[in-house]
Amino acid sequence: MTGYNLSFRRTPSMSLLQKLLQVNWAVVLLICALAGVGAGMLYSAANASMEPWAERHLIRFAVLFVLLIAIALTDIRIWFRFAYPAYFITLILLVAVEFKGTVGMGAQRWIDLGVIQLQPSEVMKVTLVLALARYFHSLSLEDVRRPLYLLFPLFLVLAPAGLVLKQPDLGTATMLVLAGGALFLLAGVRLWKFLLVAVATGAILPVAWNSLHQYQKNRVLTFLDPSSDPLGAGYHITQSKIALGSGGVFGRGFLEGTQSHLNFLPEKQTDFIFTMLAEEFGMVGAMGLIGLYLLVFLYGFAVALTSSNHFGRLLALGLTVNLFFYVFINMAMVMGLLPVVGIPLPLVSYGGTAMLTAMTSFGLILCVRVHKDISIPRRGLQGEVV
Amino acid sequence: MSRARTEEQNRQKSFTRRALLLGSAKAALLSVLGARLYYLQVVDAERYRLLAEDNRISMRLSAPRRGRIVDRNGIPLAVNRQNYQVHMVAEQAQDVDRTLDALTHIIHLDREDRARVKRDIAARRSFVPVQVKDNLTWDQVSRIAVNSVELPGVFVEAGQSRHYPYGPTLAHIVGYVGAVSEQDLTGDPVLELPGFRIGKNGVEKVHDEELRGRAGNTQVEVNAVGRVMQQISRVEGQPGHDVELTLDMGLQNYAHQRLIGERSASAVVMDAITGDVLSLVSVPSYDPSAFTRGLSSSEWRSLIEDPLSPLSNKAISGQYAPGSTFKMVVSLAAMEHHIGPQEEVYCPGYMDLGNHRFHCWRRGGHGRMHMRDALKQSCDVYFYDIAKRLGIDAIASMARRMGFGQTVGIDLPSERTGLMPTEDWKLANIGERWQGGETLIQAIGQGYMLATPLQLAVMTARLVNGGKAIRPHVTRRIVGVENITEEVKEESPDLGLMPLQVKSILDAMDAVCNERRGTAYSARIHLPGWEMGGKTGTSQVRRITASERAAGIVRNEDLPWRRRDHALFVGYAPVHNPRYVCSVVVEHGGGGGSVAAPIARDLLIETQRRDPMDAMPPSPLAGLKE
Repeated sequence: MTGYNLSFRRTPSMSLLQKLLQVNWAVVLLICALAGVGAGMLYSAANASMEPWAERHLIRFAVLFVLLIAIALTDIRIWFRFAYPAYFITLILLVAVEFKGTVGMGAQRWIDLGVIQLQPSEVMKVTLVLALARYFHSLSLEDVRRPLYLLFPLFLVLAPAGLVLKQPDLGTATMLVLAGGALFLLAGVRLWKFLLVAVATGAILPVAWNSLHQYQKNRVLTFLDPSSDPLGAGYHITQSKIALGSGGVFGRGFLEGTQSHLNFLPEKQTDFIFTMLAEEFGMVGAMGLIGLYLLVFLYGFAVALTSSNHFGRLLALGLTVNLFFYVFINMAMVMGLLPVVGIPLPLVSYGGTAMLTAMTSFGLILCVRVHKDISIPRRGLQGEVV
Repeated sequence: MSRARTEEQNRQKSFTRRALLLGSAKAALLSVLGARLYYLQVVDAERYRLLAEDNRISMRLSAPRRGRIVDRNGIPLAVNRQNYQVHMVAEQAQDVDRTLDALTHIIHLDREDRARVKRDIAARRSFVPVQVKDNLTWDQVSRIAVNSVELPGVFVEAGQSRHYPYGPTLAHIVGYVGAVSEQDLTGDPVLELPGFRIGKNGVEKVHDEELRGRAGNTQVEVNAVGRVMQQISRVEGQPGHDVELTLDMGLQNYAHQRLIGERSASAVVMDAITGDVLSLVSVPSYDPSAFTRGLSSSEWRSLIEDPLSPLSNKAISGQYAPGSTFKMVVSLAAMEHHIGPQEEVYCPGYMDLGNHRFHCWRRGGHGRMHMRDALKQSCDVYFYDIAKRLGIDAIASMARRMGFGQTVGIDLPSERTGLMPTEDWKLANIGERWQGGETLIQAIGQGYMLATPLQLAVMTARLVNGGKAIRPHVTRRIVGVENITEEVKEESPDLGLMPLQVKSILDAMDAVCNERRGTAYSARIHLPGWEMGGKTGTSQVRRITASERAAGIVRNEDLPWRRRDHALFVGYAPVHNPRYVCSVVVEHGGGGGSVAAPIARDLLIETQRRDPMDAMPPSPLAGLKE
């Protein structure tokens, strides 16, 4: 097996300085810009006050920034090795939430780890991608096309998705399924199989509908006809559209977003922060933010395409797709294109776990880039590293 | 090339292809977002901007202070009183039940109150105050303040409520205010204020718009839950105008006291020259403050089911056969048709017409009567005789000029027209031809004819002022509003009566009171210079049958109240310089001379003593000590 030897052309360990030089600092600057936009909007959301959101947002970012760099500099083979353990620990936490979780906003999502309130479903978005990337890394293209080999990754996706759906958190469950699907696609699963799944999904939709909680049903129903409940669930969508639309091309100006400031917007600091930005900075500002994200996504693509190991490729693109879904679903939701599901805008929305997820994701993408030339044997690492 | 390597390259190629596929899918999704943004923020921006404005700005109206109602001397008759109300904000109270329990130790809250509070709280946003109780005493207010720690979210607020210091004495004139009903809505936004009250009766109703004032408004910025964030602009409201009445409260008080002994009666005192109503009383009455407070259904039922109808203002809407008080009108009509006052008619105690005999109230008859004697002794046969010669339409025509058969136009609601029948009226409304005998009983104010006490006073005033068609009114002036007074000061149109003829009637009325055998002689005023003139009336409520007449007429006092005669009197004073007129109707009171005339006498004495119009020569008693 000469291939193994070939894949170890480089020394397994670079110096820290070499690694630091490999980090794409332009992207790090982009990430800081996104967090800065977030802080600005949170400052505005609190009526020109650092309290209670903007300040904590920045402090968290500063702390997580260290984590981001640490993740980026950590040898990718360590992530490869810990992919499964990380996944299963998260899965156990998800099960634990089921029994011991804190109930908030009608759902059982958080677990108190003493230091922080952790939302395992958020962490799962990263560890699932890690686990799937590791699994598909070890499969040849032929293996991927054998249905039997798909059973384990299917379990990896559906187990957490099912648990999260039970919390209930339709948004995150959907995100997990979408991220899993993306990795299946990237791994080379035949396209007709996706078609098959789509048809099957359509077939079990009525069953799934009945298993939904009433509030979830209502959300879907009011999404289909927001005017049916102008003061209830449809209210959020309507108000968000009014705020967004009234921003016009150039917006009302920073701190001038009357709709958001007067609390017509629900949860303006989290899920609806984009509405606020679009109200205050108009279409120019909204497109600007989309542009920032687009640059980050393009970087994720570039990293994935230039990585020499399959794990890195799948990981970078899987996480990029994941972040993309965050951005897309959140924006489409506040624009009234999708039902309201609780999905934050990465680095901009207020929220600890969400930022942790985003920063870990960015850190891993950067890590893939730093370690692009390291090859990982398909059968796994046999004790060479660490 | 090794197999593994080829495979690795294949895998990479596949990955790249798939990545591009995914990338283009994402690009497509992002374009959807861009298109949506363009649609919302460019194409539809204007619509959303308008919606946003609506969301943000809210108008808050502030209720204006209602104008006062005062009497001619400025005595307040309807005022606004500080009214302490206890409110509760559910959001701050948290445990509503416990707070209500604590409150029950201080103020009385029955189960109905509690249910209403809970209902209001459920219906409103949790930060909107809900009224728990109003009309708190000062003691209760201070006890709530002292116990405020145990009463979270409870606070006392001073509002204004309408108060009527004279209560039932003025209820029929001043009226009352009540909650705005669906039909009251005119588009004036102030009417939609919660708890706003408008005039529902009396002067409160007639001059509601002047009394009401204009609401102030405050433009405030509100957030989605309606909480006020900041004030944008404020327009001060305008308090309502004060309304000054022609009423003399002292006289009104006296009149009410004088009448209250009767079960059901009414009286009007007015100035014959100006039409100023100085007093207008109807008993029984009710407490208008109860309406401001809000009546319970049992209170309301007992008011409307009371056979004495306390809610109705009998002085303007009670309709009675005027009886002999109508004889002045017949006399005027006679003189106008050249039946001189000296013409004599013989009264044998009855008059036959066709196969029917019409009796005089005096069984033995009055003998030879001319107009003055006939009025003085109220001889029925004299008026039968001249009525037969005049015909009903001649009498009706004069009656209309004197104010009967139509509203006289007082500025109070629900005045009624009474009824002055004619031949055409009977054909149209009853469908039969007029009978000759009906003219006879019409001449003594019986039959179909109906008149209100106000019409009787107006008739007397039109005699006293020499035939001027004065209109009665209770509003003297609206402070800050010009035109009302001008209309009042306008010279009343002349009715075209001959002064000498009027003089002879007033002279006969003088005789009624001040000459022996006059029907009101026993009720005359003994104070020299203050004497009154007048005319009694006793109107039958039932028909006297032939057998009754044969057996001797049953005395009124022996009949059940409902079947007794109405007692009426119209009068004026002082006889030598007439200015004040008065009409009194006591329902089922019996004889006009014995029951109504003494009341009128007392009212006219009191009126002259107070002399609200400064019409009197110095009192002959001025030098005497009381």
